[in-house]
Amino acid sequence: MTTTLIQFAYLIAAVLFILGLRNLSSPKTATLGNQMAAVGMLIAIVATLLVSEVVDYPIVLAGVAVGSLIGAVAASRIEMTAMPQMVALLNGFGGAASVLVASAEVFSRTTQGNEPTGIVPGAIVASVLIGGLTLTGSLVAFAKLQEVMTGSPIQYPGQQYLNGFLALGALVLCVLLTMSPLDPVLLWSLIGISLLLGVLLVIPIGGADMPVVIALLNSYSGLAACATGFVLDNSALVISGSLVGASGLILTKIMCDAMNRSLANVLFGAFGAQDAVAASGEAVDQGTVTAYTPMDAAVIFSNARSVIIVPGYGMAVAQAQHAVRELTDQLVENGIEVNFAIHPVAGRMPGHMNVLLAEADVPYERLVEMDEINPQFPETDVALVLGANDVVNPAAREDETSPIYGMPVLEVDRAEHVFVIKRSMNPGFAGIQNPLFFKDNTMMIFGDAKKVIIELTDAVKNY
Amino acid sequence: MLEAPAIAALTILVLALFVGVEVISKVPPLLHTPLMSGSNAISGITVVGAILMAANQGENGTLATWFGFAAIVFATINVVGGFMVTNRMLAMFKPKKSKSEE
Repeated sequence: MTTTLIQFAYLIAAVLFILGLRNLSSPKTATLGNQMAAVGMLIAIVATLLVSEVVDYPIVLAGVAVGSLIGAVAASRIEMTAMPQMVALLNGFGGAASVLVASAEVFSRTTQGNEPTGIVPGAIVASVLIGGLTLTGSLVAFAKLQEVMTGSPIQYPGQQYLNGFLALGALVLCVLLTMSPLDPVLLWSLIGISLLLGVLLVIPIGGADMPVVIALLNSYSGLAACATGFVLDNSALVISGSLVGASGLILTKIMCDAMNRSLANVLFGAFGAQDAVAASGEAVDQGTVTAYTPMDAAVIFSNARSVIIVPGYGMAVAQAQHAVRELTDQLVENGIEVNFAIHPVAGRMPGHMNVLLAEADVPYERLVEMDEINPQFPETDVALVLGANDVVNPAAREDETSPIYGMPVLEVDRAEHVFVIKRSMNPGFAGIQNPLFFKDNTMMIFGDAKKVIIELTDAVKNY
Repeated sequence: MLEAPAIAALTILVLALFVGVEVISKVPPLLHTPLMSGSNAISGITVVGAILMAANQGENGTLATWFGFAAIVFATINVVGGFMVTNRMLAMFKPKKSKSEE
């Protein structure tokens, strides 16, 4: 197969990727879009296999077989609640592939005595650095989400200095390696330092900030692929990598805006660390809360005409999405209008709540974005907050001293009645006290989200 | 200065970034999770580079071959796992009509 034909195949693949992403603009065409992108990938891979340079087929096919098997098993077994971990891991693998390919290119050029020139040394350095960071950063994100390690920020004295020192070291190595790209000591040192930096940069970031981290690492995995494209002078990698890089950056910005925080603050602010908890601990006693039962709630639900359910990470933890769907069905059967208010950073990754509710067969028309649903709360009889905390905190609107002041939140307290289902009075992951719980129109129901919802459904049914 | 192929690649990069921003901005928050897993699968395009690395080293490139092989495995997990899990998720997003209104 000639080079021209292969380039043409890559062009077709790139077009299919773009069309595939464009079809993700609506849930009706999204499946088709995903399939188009998959076909594009198949074309790119088959074309590459037909390149005359490919001489060692057994090793390639073995790699593809092993990877396909692992990927297929993981994709079909993974629980929807574990999707953030899965995406984190996939980000990491993308980074790993970029480091490995760029390093392999260096080894290969070393044996051939072929010194890289022009933009290639810089691209090698970028692939190794970004890919390495993405690999270990994603593994730490995975460990936090899987709760293999603590989700709260890990901090120690001199942390910023150590990270700054290492970043400086990485920068120096980058410059040196760009000047002599075939030096194995420099290459291994840069691989080592970028792997270490990936770990150290993600451990001080708290669980609630994971949506930003995952989106950013998603972007990095794309940028690493893009840099690898420059190493190999391969336009397919450059185009696909930059598409993914752009996608991740947009999601990162959306997540940061939804928390009213800068990216730097998310990455280096260690939100939810001990000092934040201490600060909120000094807050004056805001009053007492009264615990209600699902039976009490059933009375109010049965007299309501409109209900808005606000899901949060707690729903995912309790695996309560199917129970929520049954409650929704029961309420709809009773002639009550039910909608869901989805905050952009609810859960542990962009779109997390939507996927869980879709899994439970909640039609997507009921899943309403924040800006659209906020004006509806004043006309709503009941707002049901389920495992969400910071995203419904009225302090973000009212209390200028609150660390989350200015963050756009769901204005549930404007509804006539608010029910909050929570395991205990512990503050959320950001460690900030929530005045919503003390409002006159708020009723707390303590317990496991799933159990409470099932009891509530029964109570509504038998009311 | 940079040679012509590098400039061509940079041009492609910049234009692709613009296309990416245009296209991705139109994806609704409803589908942000499938967008991430799907774009992850697309970034698995590194498999193309990995194949070239693993398969053209001949006798003298043991380390490069093994790095290429490992890269093929990782990138293929990305491609296959990414597209399959995205497909699985997207199949769950149903409009009101198709849901049996018992």
